[in-house]
Amino acid sequence: MSLKKVNPEQPKTFKFDEKFKNIADEILKKYPEKNKKSAVMPFLYLAQKQNNNWIPLAAIKYVSKYLSMPYISVYEVATFYSMYNLSPVGKYFIQVCTTTPCLIRGADKIIKVCKQKISEKENQVTKNGECSWTEVECLGACVNAPMMQINNDYYEDLDEKSTAKIIDSIFKDKILEPGSYRGRKNTSPENKEIINGPDHA
Amino acid sequence: MPKININGKEVEFESGMTILQACELAGAEIPRFCYHERLSIAGNCRMCLVEMDKSRKPIASCAMPAAEGMNIKTNTEMVEKARKGVMEFLLANHPLDCPVCDQGGECDLQDQSLYYGVDKSRFSENKRYVSEKYMGPLIKTQMTRCIHCTRCVRFATEVAGVPEIGAIGRGENMEITTYLEKSMESELSGNVIDLCPVGALTSKPYAFSARPWELKKTESIDVLDAVGSNIRVDTYGWEVKRILPRLNEDINEEWISDKTRYSCDGLLKQRLDTPYIKKNNKLVKSSWDEALDVIIKKLNETENSKVAGHLGDLVSLETIFAFKKFFELLNSPNLEFREKKFYINSEDKMNYLFNSSINGIEKSDLILLIGCNPRHEATILNARIRKTFRDNKTPIFSIGNPGDQTYDYKIIGDNTEIIKDIIEEKHEFNKVFDKAKKPLIIIGESALELESGGYIFEELKNFLFQKKLISEKWNSLNILIQNASTVGAIDFNISKDKQNNFEFFDNIKNNKYKVLYLLNSDNLKFNKNDEFIIYQGSHGDRGAEIADVILPSAAYTEENGLYQNLEGRVQECRKASYPAGEALESWKVLNKLTNAYKNKNLFESFNSLREEALKKIVNFDTINKLPKYKKPSKKIDCRFKKEKILINPIDYYFSNSISRASKIMSECRDIKLKHLKSGTNN
Repeated sequence: MSLKKVNPEQPKTFKFDEKFKNIADEILKKYPEKNKKSAVMPFLYLAQKQNNNWIPLAAIKYVSKYLSMPYISVYEVATFYSMYNLSPVGKYFIQVCTTTPCLIRGADKIIKVCKQKISEKENQVTKNGECSWTEVECLGACVNAPMMQINNDYYEDLDEKSTAKIIDSIFKDKILEPGSYRGRKNTSPENKEIINGPDHA
Repeated sequence: MPKININGKEVEFESGMTILQACELAGAEIPRFCYHERLSIAGNCRMCLVEMDKSRKPIASCAMPAAEGMNIKTNTEMVEKARKGVMEFLLANHPLDCPVCDQGGECDLQDQSLYYGVDKSRFSENKRYVSEKYMGPLIKTQMTRCIHCTRCVRFATEVAGVPEIGAIGRGENMEITTYLEKSMESELSGNVIDLCPVGALTSKPYAFSARPWELKKTESIDVLDAVGSNIRVDTYGWEVKRILPRLNEDINEEWISDKTRYSCDGLLKQRLDTPYIKKNNKLVKSSWDEALDVIIKKLNETENSKVAGHLGDLVSLETIFAFKKFFELLNSPNLEFREKKFYINSEDKMNYLFNSSINGIEKSDLILLIGCNPRHEATILNARIRKTFRDNKTPIFSIGNPGDQTYDYKIIGDNTEIIKDIIEEKHEFNKVFDKAKKPLIIIGESALELESGGYIFEELKNFLFQKKLISEKWNSLNILIQNASTVGAIDFNISKDKQNNFEFFDNIKNNKYKVLYLLNSDNLKFNKNDEFIIYQGSHGDRGAEIADVILPSAAYTEENGLYQNLEGRVQECRKASYPAGEALESWKVLNKLTNAYKNKNLFESFNSLREEALKKIVNFDTINKLPKYKKPSKKIDCRFKKEKILINPIDYYFSNSISRASKIMSECRDIKLKHLKSGTNN
């Protein structure tokens, strides 16, 4: 992962809308007044949610003023965590896990498909803004490797074919169901009967 | 006191010390990059690893508190191996560009790699590259060299009080930068250059101009404000290449302000290197003899009472004394040193000093600023106020609005009525004030400039004395003087008899003086009529512009001289370079003039001048010591007037002739003005 680039085009202003403002105030209640800057992470996440899954600089300023923090501190947090995006991402944001277990199971092939179907380089949004992809570190689903995350859902046990199918479905704006693409139920063993029933898989 | 065993040697240490500090007591030097005495502990460079009994792993000594009975070893094979390992990692991504790096020769990494560096690199991958970051006109960055010690980040946040530097990204991609690469808005920003253990942050103006071992180092003091920061002047031939801070716990600790550090390029520009005479409204180069002839002719023509002299802001004690002596010779009492009409009562020495002393700021438990802006008037002193605010949470109040001071304070009012209420114990603030055991009142020149300046000063002094806050042990009364020459000038009774009726200013305004001798004085504002102006100074600035005769003299780095700082501490400023061209040291100019005028010397030698001057310093103890305490005399009754306390803004980067000649200072000023206009202040 390289240092995140700040988008050259930035909206001039940012403000929580009513819905997010209420959530923000709810979050703020969890912290004592003098420690209110602890709320910086949920706040940034809220800002990201409100602004099509990326955080503009105006939002960094807004959050730092909201929590009386220096701009640079908020900026540090926003650049540290890979889940904050500082440039626009596609409507479907694909994060492909490339950490060891996934890589052994063929994550590089998934990357190849992404490069072919979406963009040569990561973090490039397609023409109509449908999607963008990026490599990420372990997403904690090693048992279903290789896998990728699209927005909030995990797509697991992938290969080139299934990945291509999923990406095609994104372009049609009718995304396929998340889960295992080799017919497994959650993390249960492949081709074996589940002893306690599917609920315990 | 608890004891700790270091390398088999038992030492006592104060509880609360870290192992690193205890090791230093035992004389075992520990290498370090991130640890710094005056900053919080980060513990991220891992260079200070030591071995401790009962611990299988080496421990970071800078972050581990020392405890009774610990057994520490700093010279074992395990320690050396651990440090070598750390060094190898630090060097993995550090470029091999020492030959073109400005830090070369004074680089911590270079020095320590001599002991812990491995001669071969096992890192065969590509080294990382980090793009340069813009941090303003003073700091040059080469971030590939950064080892992420975060000293600069901690300095900006803790000492300077402008949290603008930070570490963005993480892991291998971590980068140190200011927020969106804007320039650092602090008067102390230059200190990050000294703090940086490698060549990542270096001085932009000094870039590629010299190597540390070629420079002649002179220990001196700064005179661009009244604080008297201790500095080291590095010269190469005639040129002052750079100015660095020198450790003095009583004054500047180890910081200096940007003005002190970077005005030195002003010493090379706009210099007066030969006498000038105005002919046909044009200044023409001349010889000393010609210039002196013109002056003497004019002095002989003019009545003594119509000759006046004004002392500038950078004048040393000896020069003030010689100037006074010269005017005694002329039989003229018209001397002044003030640039603005502020109230002074020279009866007691404490009336114009920062009596609590700069160290005393840390002991106080309440600070009240009256009409002063310490951030711009005395930057280093303000750093102390911030330090006590940070460490002791000292409450700070202000009368008048001084703007951002890098710490929180409460404005309790902005007119003189409040002060009257406080003195009459009618204000709410009195409750807070009475609880404080060691309060500190700082009165600025802006407050003394008011019509009720006399009232503010005299009544507050009396108020404090009644409350027993003026004594030998603790003196709450503090005046924030702005110019390095002011305390000395008051001591020598320049303008004694007409202290507060400001006759000098009125006479200048009414064109009563026919000859005006400006000694390094560039900040006096007046409209020139038909006066004959003699300007003696080092720089072609405002004074030289209006002068009829210019006598070139030395700047503060080019002559020996004593200065009294705002605490009344007499310090020695030493000659690091020599005057430009035909210019002479200031006292020699006066001597030469007297010689030509009366055919005798004003002083036989510099030493006799210094001896005589030292005798005239009030309550003088010894050099570098605070003056002795003396009981205050009776108060003078002054008129009260209800008025608003406005703090005169200071053009910080342009406050004296040397800074005005400096290109770097004007760059800083432009950036600051731009920030003020766009309102992008953090």
